[in-house]
Amino acid sequence: MISVKELTKRYAHTTAVDHISFEVAKGQIVGFLGPNGAGKTTTMRILTCFLPPSAGTAKVAGFDVLEQPLEVKKRIGYLPETPPIYPEMETADYLKFVGKLKGLKGADLQKRVDYVCDRCAVADVRKKLLGKLSKGYRQRVGLAQAIIHNPDVLILDEPTAGLDPKQINDTRDLIKDLAGDHTIILSTHILPEVEQTCEQVIIINRGKLVATDSVSNLQARARGAESVVIEVAGRNGSLEVPMVEHKLQQVVGVSRVLLKQHVDSRALFEVESQKGRLVRGDLARAVVASGWDLNELRPAAMSLEEIFLQLTGNESPASTPAKELPQ
Amino acid sequence: MRNVWTICRKELGSYFVSPVAYLLLTMFGLIFGFFFWNALAVFVIEGMEMQMRGQTFPMNINEQIIRPLLQNVSVIGLFFIPMITMRLFAEEKRTGTIELLATSPVRDLEIIVGKWLAAVVLYSCLLLFTALNFAFLFKYGNPDWKPLVVGYLGLLLQAGALLAIGTFISTLTKNQIIAGAATFGVCLLLWVLGWVGGYESATWAQVLSYMSVVTHYESFGRGVLDSKDAVYYLTVILLGLFFTARSMESLRWRS
Repeated sequence: MISVKELTKRYAHTTAVDHISFEVAKGQIVGFLGPNGAGKTTTMRILTCFLPPSAGTAKVAGFDVLEQPLEVKKRIGYLPETPPIYPEMETADYLKFVGKLKGLKGADLQKRVDYVCDRCAVADVRKKLLGKLSKGYRQRVGLAQAIIHNPDVLILDEPTAGLDPKQINDTRDLIKDLAGDHTIILSTHILPEVEQTCEQVIIINRGKLVATDSVSNLQARARGAESVVIEVAGRNGSLEVPMVEHKLQQVVGVSRVLLKQHVDSRALFEVESQKGRLVRGDLARAVVASGWDLNELRPAAMSLEEIFLQLTGNESPASTPAKELPQ
Repeated sequence: MRNVWTICRKELGSYFVSPVAYLLLTMFGLIFGFFFWNALAVFVIEGMEMQMRGQTFPMNINEQIIRPLLQNVSVIGLFFIPMITMRLFAEEKRTGTIELLATSPVRDLEIIVGKWLAAVVLYSCLLLFTALNFAFLFKYGNPDWKPLVVGYLGLLLQAGALLAIGTFISTLTKNQIIAGAATFGVCLLLWVLGWVGGYESATWAQVLSYMSVVTHYESFGRGVLDSKDAVYYLTVILLGLFFTARSMESLRWRS
């Protein structure tokens, strides 16, 4: 449905998007992940024909964004970072206006307005001025305008930014709900959001594509070698940690032992093994044979957070200097 | 065409749900009403003096009231036009709604013409106020209506030209005040340029004088439809809208 090849966008002094390529199949929800200033918004703006690319091509439903922008725009619903609403308009009038812009008319238009009001739970504010609505309602009105013409592709730029936890959940549910009918790209810098809503992730950092894969594959791939969390406790109130570390290290197949936590006579380790070797049984036997208690032994699942940090070069997303895109 | 109308309707809605339109209408109505009352008073007093002196110098409503008043409107308009156009694009750029318009299946030109048309319609509403005053002249006198119609046509053309310039300036900034002030400056300049022609006959002065929007109104004010002046206004309208389109396009490339 969406095909991006070697897409590049240069501004006067910076390259916001640097040779990015990816494909999105019909009906998928794709998470567009990256720290602030990574180039998410720029890429989305190119896909929606708001900005022209400097190089490379982007196609939506087979239409090139530069050559047939009108055809692309007909098939895209777009929710920018701040919902594009006119504060002096009423909700229903606004949705009608957007519907007309997108080419709807007559009875069809009225039907779609009613439908999206219902779907996005804004029916109770139909007659209210948009400027008077709360942030959560504005966001939902923004979503409503994006789907008013039943587009093939939905592009949502940080749809949950600035909402409270309940509203975030509602919005995520709504997005998942919409997935059946539309291909969705949503951008975010919140990782759990991707884990919860998306099937596929595209990670970009500083304008470059870092990874693109399904959520589960990505977790498996980043993990590489198997890694196990193990908690060991001494029998009579004391535990010699270096000794335990040494014993664990000696188990065949173990490549690295990391002490995570040490409280009194209990110690928590993370043990990495070489690829393809299952060491859990041997680890358990080694601990018990040395006279210690084995309190816990489980495989360490890598969260997207860690994958993200690993892939973007161990740089916390929060500490990356927020670089706003020039307007 | 349908899109132009959709945009135009939305713009008019914005003018009329906010105080902008009513404020402009009230101020324009007051100011023009004062001009009208003045012109009428002078006309009546002069008429009485003529009669007392027993002169038969012909009094002409068209020449003595309508023509100078139309000329006045053409200048008062210069002060109102910036207030009409300053928000057109600047506001959309500030709030980000320009992204909605630019990502809808609508051509740039349709957006521009729709907005410009809404501005012209609002200006026509201002002119309606003057028509109310002129209606009294028809009730109590019998002026010739043809020069008045030509005069109105000229006012619309002149306003169309300045509104096109204002629309263009509004695309250059996201600050309404800047857009308004710059448009006002340009309007004023295009008025006073005409003064040069009054004392200087060199070519450069003639060119400057030719550029003045108010100079070109004189023929319309007299009730003469001069194609040269109509062409001038139409050219400025087209140029203004053309530059607006280019500016919108460059907005995308630079942003």
